[in-house]
Amino acid sequence: MTGIRLSVPETATRGEVVEIKALIRHPMESGFRRGSRGEVIERDIITRFECDLNGALVFASDFHPAIAANPLITFHMRATESGELTFRWTDQNAEVWSDTASITVA
Amino acid sequence: MMRILWSSALLVAAACTPEANRPEHLEIAPDQIQSGYAFLTSETQQLQEDSFENPGYLWVDRGAQIFTAETDGSPACASCHSNGLEGAATNYPKVDPGTGALLNLEGRINQCRVEHQNAEPWPYESDELLSITAYVAEQSKGMAMNIAVDDTNRPYVNQGRDYFLTRRGQFNLSCQQCHTENWGKQLRGDTISQGHGNGFPAYRLEWQSIGSLHRRLRDCDTGVRAEPLPYGDPTYIAVELYLATRARGLEIETPAVRR
Repeated sequence: MTGIRLSVPETATRGEVVEIKALIRHPMESGFRRGSRGEVIERDIITRFECDLNGALVFASDFHPAIAANPLITFHMRATESGELTFRWTDQNAEVWSDTASITVA
Repeated sequence: MMRILWSSALLVAAACTPEANRPEHLEIAPDQIQSGYAFLTSETQQLQEDSFENPGYLWVDRGAQIFTAETDGSPACASCHSNGLEGAATNYPKVDPGTGALLNLEGRINQCRVEHQNAEPWPYESDELLSITAYVAEQSKGMAMNIAVDDTNRPYVNQGRDYFLTRRGQFNLSCQQCHTENWGKQLRGDTISQGHGNGFPAYRLEWQSIGSLHRRLRDCDTGVRAEPLPYGDPTYIAVELYLATRARGLEIETPAVRR
């Protein structure tokens, strides 16, 4: 059910700084809200986002309850080599969602 | 003395009948009609404009998967609608020629499921129905809403307009009082919009999710402390039709981002 959208340029020149965007569908329920009957809505959040290029970490982020639902991450990376970018989101129960995109550096 | 009392009692009774209470039907001048987009902050407008960052596309993507997927041996939507459904959303809600009932896009999709795909209709506001509706409506993005009032749909338009004009709830407000008479003014932190449905299903920041026009109508009814109607209620579909005639000419923005 989880949807992931990635924006990675297909090609880049060596040394160029490229913009990477990653969007995932997730409720990011903070745990501080209450339902219409006063019951606590359980916390359900992603706690970690990581992006690898050919296995080497390029970007990582810890998520906390104040991050909105369907979090969008935008970051910049200096294009050094061609390869596959792996995007990985891990939630508080260690469930993992991931997707990949390739980039060609000339 | 008695006669004066009697006549004033009659006057009070006359003022309380629904006919006397019905406000005048007002319309926004055609050159003044503005999408809800015009009342957003520039940041929210940018979020809607960016076809990657707009979170509504998460549902559109899922709708595209549903559209092409064959389930349980029944044909996929795409096997009939191989050229897509561009422009379809501009004509809904529409009177079904077979049953005479008014169908919105959600209702039409569910009718297709039952009649051609041998499947159960999706519940209103389910993830599947929202996704496929957003996907179908998105194909008409940028096209003008185009419903003409004719003899077949006129009774439904009038029914929807009646709902729009009727004061309701503990606040005793009609839709018209905010969205026709006072749009552009501030209501606490918000600017009141004209109440058009051209972006629905829309991603609302308040919901942190996509939702149907009926969910929005329920929020409005709750906002004036009135009892909201159930999802998919025929009266809400008639309101949806009236709103579409009222918004004629506005471009469809699905999936729009709203506050």
